[in-house]
Amino acid sequence: MTSSVLTVQLDNGLIIHLKEIHTAPLISHWAWYGVGSRDEVAGLTGVSHWVEHMQFKGTDRFPSGVLDKAISRDGGMWNAFTYLDWTAYFETMPADKIDLAIELEADRMLHSRFNADEVESERMVVISEREGAENEPLFRLGEAVSQASFTQHPYRNEIIGSKADLMHIQRDDLYKHYRSRYTPSNAIITMAGDFESGEMLERLRRNYQHLPTQTRPDRYVPYEEPLGEEKRVEVTGPGETTYIHITYRSPQASHADFFAFSLLDSLLSGPSSLSMFGGGGISNKTSRLYRALVESELAVSVSGGLPATLDPGLYEIHITVRPDRTPAEVLKVFDQEILQLQENRVHDVEIARAIKQARALFAYSSENITNQAFWLGFADMFDNYDWFLSYVTRLEQVNARKIEYIAQTYLPSNHRVVGMYLPDGNHTDEGGEEA
Amino acid sequence: MSISPVWKSLPGTHDIVRSVLPNGITILARANFDSPSVIISGLIPSGSLFDPADRLGLAYFTSQALMRGTQKHSHQELFEALESAGAVFGFGCSVHNASFSGRALAEDLPLLLDTLNEALRQPTFPIDQVEKLRAQMMTYLAIRAQNTDEVASLRFDDVLFPGHPYGRPEEGHPETVRVITQQELVDFHRKAYGAEGMILAIVGAVQPNEAIDRVGEMLGDWSNPNQYQLPSLPPTSPLEKNHRQHITLPGKTQADLVMGTLGPSRNSPDYLIASIGNNVLGQFGLMGRIGEVVREKAGLAYYASTNLNAWIASGSWEVSAGVNPANLEHAIDLIITELRRFVSEPVTTEELSDSQSNYIGRLPISLESNAGVANAILNLERFQLGLDYYLHYPDLVAAVTPQQILDIAQKYICPDRLAIISAGPEIVT
Repeated sequence: MTSSVLTVQLDNGLIIHLKEIHTAPLISHWAWYGVGSRDEVAGLTGVSHWVEHMQFKGTDRFPSGVLDKAISRDGGMWNAFTYLDWTAYFETMPADKIDLAIELEADRMLHSRFNADEVESERMVVISEREGAENEPLFRLGEAVSQASFTQHPYRNEIIGSKADLMHIQRDDLYKHYRSRYTPSNAIITMAGDFESGEMLERLRRNYQHLPTQTRPDRYVPYEEPLGEEKRVEVTGPGETTYIHITYRSPQASHADFFAFSLLDSLLSGPSSLSMFGGGGISNKTSRLYRALVESELAVSVSGGLPATLDPGLYEIHITVRPDRTPAEVLKVFDQEILQLQENRVHDVEIARAIKQARALFAYSSENITNQAFWLGFADMFDNYDWFLSYVTRLEQVNARKIEYIAQTYLPSNHRVVGMYLPDGNHTDEGGEEA
Repeated sequence: MSISPVWKSLPGTHDIVRSVLPNGITILARANFDSPSVIISGLIPSGSLFDPADRLGLAYFTSQALMRGTQKHSHQELFEALESAGAVFGFGCSVHNASFSGRALAEDLPLLLDTLNEALRQPTFPIDQVEKLRAQMMTYLAIRAQNTDEVASLRFDDVLFPGHPYGRPEEGHPETVRVITQQELVDFHRKAYGAEGMILAIVGAVQPNEAIDRVGEMLGDWSNPNQYQLPSLPPTSPLEKNHRQHITLPGKTQADLVMGTLGPSRNSPDYLIASIGNNVLGQFGLMGRIGEVVREKAGLAYYASTNLNAWIASGSWEVSAGVNPANLEHAIDLIITELRRFVSEPVTTEELSDSQSNYIGRLPISLESNAGVANAILNLERFQLGLDYYLHYPDLVAAVTPQQILDIAQKYICPDRLAIISAGPEIVT
């Protein structure tokens, strides 16, 4: 985490962050857009993710099938992600091949085709993606819990969208969403790797400066009332395994409480990296919940996470219940652990330990160029780059009193939804062989 | 085909330090001071191929139990030390090998090596921890039984490798894991674990020779005169005819499909040719020819791709896809049509050139992180490819011809003798 980043805003509003890293002759280029499932309205859930799929279907300059082959031919790696608050596209390429990525991203910021036949073909692909997810008990439980966790805010919807909406969204819905959100004033370009910043900035100007812009889209979302009372959700389905998914309303990433909440999460469920590109995590076998639930033979696994979001979001805990235990037994002990945090201050040594873990996770996730470019843009999606630069420092400012405050403020049971996946006892049927 | 200057950054004899201890442990070390972390990663030839038929899962169970307590430290103490340092360390198990991998800030390399040493040589398999681990494994097996992809893959392996270690699940079955005793874990560890054949890679912000010396001090006196020797594996043979089977998992929405045939072993001269052919068939760009036909044109699947799995004695050549059950047979027909084309005409020079460029170009990215390098140099040693393999790699890739790919495709793939396994909702015909 160094501050040697060149930041420039072009006349059309496009923000650029550049970081030179000369460890390997590689460059990673990211295009970030301030649009995600948060920006969708009823009837159009999943439209942001579907637009992301259509961005791979070609422009007049880079027709479908040309893009992927061109990147692959040069040994590049590319992909895209749609999240609650943002959508991002990246290419990591040999340094001498990066112009292709720059030209491609500049072109598809405005000129993707959205051919009607390809929209229909992709409808089936996206529905297939959703059906694959529906096979997983945790997806079905997660969808039900998210719906219960918010009544108004779009965070209640799955990023992939509801099946009903995926059946009915039309080409013009997609194109309108694309044209209203994919504009220089709503985008950020981040690059890390083996380049000279001044020269790279000129290259970026040549490709992006001429793109016309429009007013940055309004990102209004309806006000969400406090939960008020604990909600319970049950989902039944095949299998033998019981899962518990608990959510608490949490502060937005830019809120001062977010950092203390992150440390609380680390103590409670174990350290987790904010990076979406791994680099390796740290096990959680000495976390409070692991000791209380897994070591005591109530559960076989527990994990938690506090995603960094633009608006107040959800702190989430997942528990896999031991087959010989009940959800009620697990929840009783879980509640005792929450009560501990609310009534007894944690020790400073625990806080110091969690900070070292956070430092290590940053080191692991900064090992490659792709991740470095990811970090350059990630914090801008919910705050700004200073958030990233000051992350560890702000963790170091957290004390036991603050963690106690977080537990008392955010973790009362009337701030949560408790979801349970309960197996209905179906079994597998092995079909016979056909010659 | 021009070679990018990227190649100068790849690992080779110029920067990998290799040392073999008298007890048989091979150590490979490479420095990278661009990041403050270090990775250790390695293999021990104590995999599931030693599992008795009625104790499938024994080798895996043993590997997972190594960190459940040692003569010096309890399970919680081991992890207290690791997690307090922001480090991670754990074991895994495949057919041939138990594996281990750990990561820490470079200053904590001694902690990783101490943990490895204790776990390998002084595990105590405490009964309470064995039972906790068993409960976790049984739950995993119950979850696996509901995973359409895993269910299809398990059956595919069983059909393709009948009676062979490659056809058995490393994690075992509920009925075999349930009966494994603590004493059997102790016995398996005593017989299967030893220094002979162990490979250890260390990559990161450490001086290679210092790291190697440290390993020598810790593990140099480890010996096990009774360590299992690698058994000869039974031969594999192609299927006589298509084997089509659908496994119904009630309550599921989508079917997972796994179909394919035997493939070359990793050491076979056929491997690289098959691998590049496989790239054309189901990987290049958005999943090659198969992805183009099944996903891009027909819109039948979110994913449809091919994979070449190559091990010591054999391998498998697989096509996998996730499809709506109503489209399952159509997807299978499309895939078989592509396989017929693949074995009847050579790939075009353009397709081959694309894949060759992809193979050569992507390597530097895969070798950029410490984890990527550690995995790569372990494989160089494991498959005896030579430490300069990556420096010769562009020439090896560029030498592959369309006719060679066609010959290899015809050698391994017969579209009328495939294992075709699907798992998912009931299929209404």
